[in-house]
Amino acid sequence: MNIEVRQSARERAQRVKPAVIDCDIHPKAPLDELRPFLAKRWCDYLDTYGVRSRHGFAKGYPYPKGTPQAARRDAWPPGGGLPGSNLDFMRAQHLDHYGIELGVMNPLSPSGQGEQNPEFSAALASAMNEWQIAHMSRPEPRLKASIIVPYEDGEAARAEIHRRAGERDYVQVFLLSRTAEALGRRRYWPIYEAAVEHGLPVGIHVFGYSGWAMTNTGWPSFYIEEMTEHATSSQALVTSFIMEGVFARYPDLKIVLLESGFAWLPALGWRLDRIWKRLKDEVPHVDRAPSELIREHFWVSTQPMEEPEDPDHLMEVMEWIGWDRILFASDYPHWDFDDPFLALPPSLSAERRDAIFAGNARALYRFA
Amino acid sequence: MPTLSAIDCDVHPGVPDIKALLPYLDDHWRDQVEDRGIPSLESISYPPNAPITARPDWRGPKGVAATSVADVGRHVFERWGAGVAILNCLYGVQLVFNEDMAAAFARALNDWIVAEWLDRDPRLRASIVVPLQNIEHAVDEVERRAGDRRFVQILVLAMGETPLGRRSYWPLYAAAVRHGLPIGIHAGSAYRHPVTSLGWPSYFSEDYAAQSQAFQSQVASLITEGAFAKFPDLKVVLIESGVTWLPGFLWRFSKFWRGLRSEVPWVDRSPAEIVRDHMRLTIQPFDAPPDAVERAIDHLRSDDMLLYASDFPHWQFDGDDTLPPGIPESLKRKILVENPIATYNRLKGGE
Repeated sequence: MNIEVRQSARERAQRVKPAVIDCDIHPKAPLDELRPFLAKRWCDYLDTYGVRSRHGFAKGYPYPKGTPQAARRDAWPPGGGLPGSNLDFMRAQHLDHYGIELGVMNPLSPSGQGEQNPEFSAALASAMNEWQIAHMSRPEPRLKASIIVPYEDGEAARAEIHRRAGERDYVQVFLLSRTAEALGRRRYWPIYEAAVEHGLPVGIHVFGYSGWAMTNTGWPSFYIEEMTEHATSSQALVTSFIMEGVFARYPDLKIVLLESGFAWLPALGWRLDRIWKRLKDEVPHVDRAPSELIREHFWVSTQPMEEPEDPDHLMEVMEWIGWDRILFASDYPHWDFDDPFLALPPSLSAERRDAIFAGNARALYRFA
Repeated sequence: MPTLSAIDCDVHPGVPDIKALLPYLDDHWRDQVEDRGIPSLESISYPPNAPITARPDWRGPKGVAATSVADVGRHVFERWGAGVAILNCLYGVQLVFNEDMAAAFARALNDWIVAEWLDRDPRLRASIVVPLQNIEHAVDEVERRAGDRRFVQILVLAMGETPLGRRSYWPLYAAAVRHGLPIGIHAGSAYRHPVTSLGWPSYFSEDYAAQSQAFQSQVASLITEGAFAKFPDLKVVLIESGVTWLPGFLWRFSKFWRGLRSEVPWVDRSPAEIVRDHMRLTIQPFDAPPDAVERAIDHLRSDDMLLYASDFPHWQFDGDDTLPPGIPESLKRKILVENPIATYNRLKGGE
């Protein structure tokens, strides 16, 4: 045991900073930077009616966040502006500090996703896509962009993917988890068809507002419940992908679950296997065991990584999921950020740590 | 120490037909059933003919299973060797929108259970079905039936109108503690909301899968609202939940509690600890392949939490494998006998 520890300490000393690909960075587009990419009609609309998600609050959220903007308190740029809005500060505080080799940007708002007005949703999504390139990935090649799509309109989403996919800086199609219907439903299939056509994974990040109660037993009271709930809506969406037969139709489709945690995934696969065995005649289009389909088509990201009382239990769960399916994510600049220096369990072998930090993302996103 | 036999904590008596309840309804509701042609309160949580609802070889001539004391006894007692079984009747009283009708049917159902089941086999126990549509009706029903010690639990469904921790439900928990009755949360929905937070799914398979998500939300709600801080003696049994969703959920929930506990300052210790102290789970179904069962149980970090249940007549296992293969030998006595007795106060002392 002592020998192993010494070896691992020496290894760490030799390689001060391992290569890190961060699969979940949240840039924030200041409205003034977004406006040039929006038609005047939609600028006026934004000023007059604002963003209307599928909840009742004109400003803010149904469940007040734990911190302003759900951000780390030290992530506010010294010169002003919102966390994630200043590229120089993001470089200094995150990319340079941690030696991030590549970072995938997942813009959350204002991106038009889940916006009630479908045309406005499409216009905002498109603007956010242009902004990511113009203001972030072009000046900072370490940052890669996500194609934001107005997912409630499958055809508009397909068109947006076709419009953007030729630009190599876009590395995935981006959806939120809480959609008006579960994501396996056919209305969303044009998105998957276009993603597969362009060889892009589909990243599904938690949040958004489905318009339905946030749990299947009604509205909870607290933000802490909303945060735990992301795992349950993610379970419902994975179930939907499996039971609707999406992977039989799109065998090359790759799904990345972002910020949903992952310890729930093996148990869900086991549950679906049992159900499928018993109720197969209901879903004849599901031609393989659900756990196999999950193992083949889903990737997970680390943050917020579950923290068992016994750290070995986490290793077992990672083993069940598959060491080649786990991607490092920091969630910068949000309050529950995972520090690349500290986040991964120290007992991981160097090989597995490197796979999670960078190797798996490199293979998935085809980074050279 | 006397030899104790197993306690089956989840058996479902089948209401053969709504007519079976007529003798137990008051005149008004008996007339309503006939005048309005109310066909049945059966729920789509268990579509009557679906494989999960009853194993084919357990169905009676009309397709319904477990409709008599003899039928249940033949399996649960004679075949699988339980000494006591707890009846959880899933007839869809909780789905009814008219709160007076719900209360009338809950009364009828509980009275039917007494007359047709408990009075006919001393090995049977039951849960009190309550109409949560109105908390006063629910508490009244507990008060009406709690004097009968053969009722050992209060039964609610995993999906209702609002999460179960909400303070509007607390009078029920006060009554539960007063009478030493655990709250049993059983898979099922009142269908006040779609069975997922993403709307109505296409398939029944998804509906059944979503039950385990409801349990996660209920555990989060009961803890964050402070139900266990308010009622330190409150016990909750999660019935037919699937079990293996729990550890990963608690790791997530406890992590967020550390980050966000200022929002719920009355939660003064880790949710994982609270669950170990206050919650129990029945073992059918157990969502894991045999080679992962022991590891999954280890992740619970407690030998006290699992309760034996056949879930008869739901089709959870083939043959007579009532215990999921893979459960360690050393735990069997705890699961079969000791944990149920420790959970259900009214099973203690030979009552």
